[in-house]
Amino acid sequence: MITRRDFIKKAALSITGAALPFAVMEIIDPKKLSASVTQEKGVVRWVFLVDTYKCVGCGLCVKACKLENEVPYDATVTRTWVERYVVTRDGSVFADTPKGARDGFTTTKIDRNSAGFLDIKNGDIEKAFFVPKLCNQCENPPCVQVCPVGATYQTPDGVVLVDRTWCIGCGYCIMACPYGVRFYHPVYHTAEKCNFCYHRITKGLMPACVDACPFGARRIGNIKNSDDPVTKIIMNQRVAVLKEEYGTKPQVFYIGLSKEVK
Amino acid sequence: MKNHLLRPLIVIIGIVFLVLLVRFVYVPRDFGIGERGYMYGWHRAANEEDWKKVKVKYMGREYCKGCHSEKYASIIKTPHRIIQCENCHGPANDVAGDHPSEQRFKLTIDKTRQQCLRCHFPLPYFSSGRAKIRGINPDKHNPDIECSNCHNPHAPQEGLR
Repeated sequence: MITRRDFIKKAALSITGAALPFAVMEIIDPKKLSASVTQEKGVVRWVFLVDTYKCVGCGLCVKACKLENEVPYDATVTRTWVERYVVTRDGSVFADTPKGARDGFTTTKIDRNSAGFLDIKNGDIEKAFFVPKLCNQCENPPCVQVCPVGATYQTPDGVVLVDRTWCIGCGYCIMACPYGVRFYHPVYHTAEKCNFCYHRITKGLMPACVDACPFGARRIGNIKNSDDPVTKIIMNQRVAVLKEEYGTKPQVFYIGLSKEVK
Repeated sequence: MKNHLLRPLIVIIGIVFLVLLVRFVYVPRDFGIGERGYMYGWHRAANEEDWKKVKVKYMGREYCKGCHSEKYASIIKTPHRIIQCENCHGPANDVAGDHPSEQRFKLTIDKTRQQCLRCHFPLPYFSSGRAKIRGINPDKHNPDIECSNCHNPHAPQEGLR
């Protein structure tokens, strides 16, 4: 037997419940929320453009990077490096990067590590070129995802940084990066990586490697600015990224990338 | 509740409380998930500022021009104008000091043959720009002396000095 009091109570409750929109049950995405709040005050998303046709393998970018970012000069670690690819007439591919090309390529001999040096005759070369490599500042960075302590993260302008005070040096991120960009810093004992010279780009300067390149093979731009010359090239010309199939959405674009490049 | 159940429960609650207390003290206030959510966002917000504070070492050719305007004016007329001063002269600022400063922080100029060979060692890689640069065989072309003994890197087209 339902009393009048009970009936009114339950009716009020069910009407209130039915009146609630489904929107209140939605899980709020912090990124969406923040995007709606910050609006458009100079939105920046840094991207990099490498023209492999222009690169001559001088390695001045690697030298500048190591000195600018205090990466131990003689240690075999570097934030950026240049790879040399030599494809011979019989279809074999040889690639090397002695000392990360810190001193450039001043020999025709290919460094094959324990297999020794290999001198390829000029007549046997089908094609040969240089490919500068650096952090891709992925939109979906696997290195950030695996960090167990929250020491590495992506800034709002798209650069992935490492918090040296918070990093425990476990090395998960070094293994997670499909591009082999991260390494263990021999002095700080933390993970280390290219950050597009974050201290320079936030002051309006170019990254050290971009400034050091005499041939204009390296460029940086803001993909959110449609007037940026780098953005125009990425949008209107034929560019490629490395290891697209990994779904990391890399933000370093290459002109003249070849299938031999891994 | 019985005593043998209650006592371990108190211990467990104590441990949980202790962990939360340590976390409260140890984890900085600005540590959070940021804009990228739970999968990518965990970080300490102040670290972004830490990275911005890193000292700029390479100042660029316009900075050098401020004092060495005559050198700038001469090299800008040559094919070597594309090379930044600091690529050979070393970065203007260093951990040790700035150039120029009261301590007269001296730059170390890289005059080695290796420095010139970065570009001028001939490599016949026709799908790159390298093949277009003139080169020498370093084993045969005056192997014992520095390139700058004969060539002026600030005016390479002017012939030998």
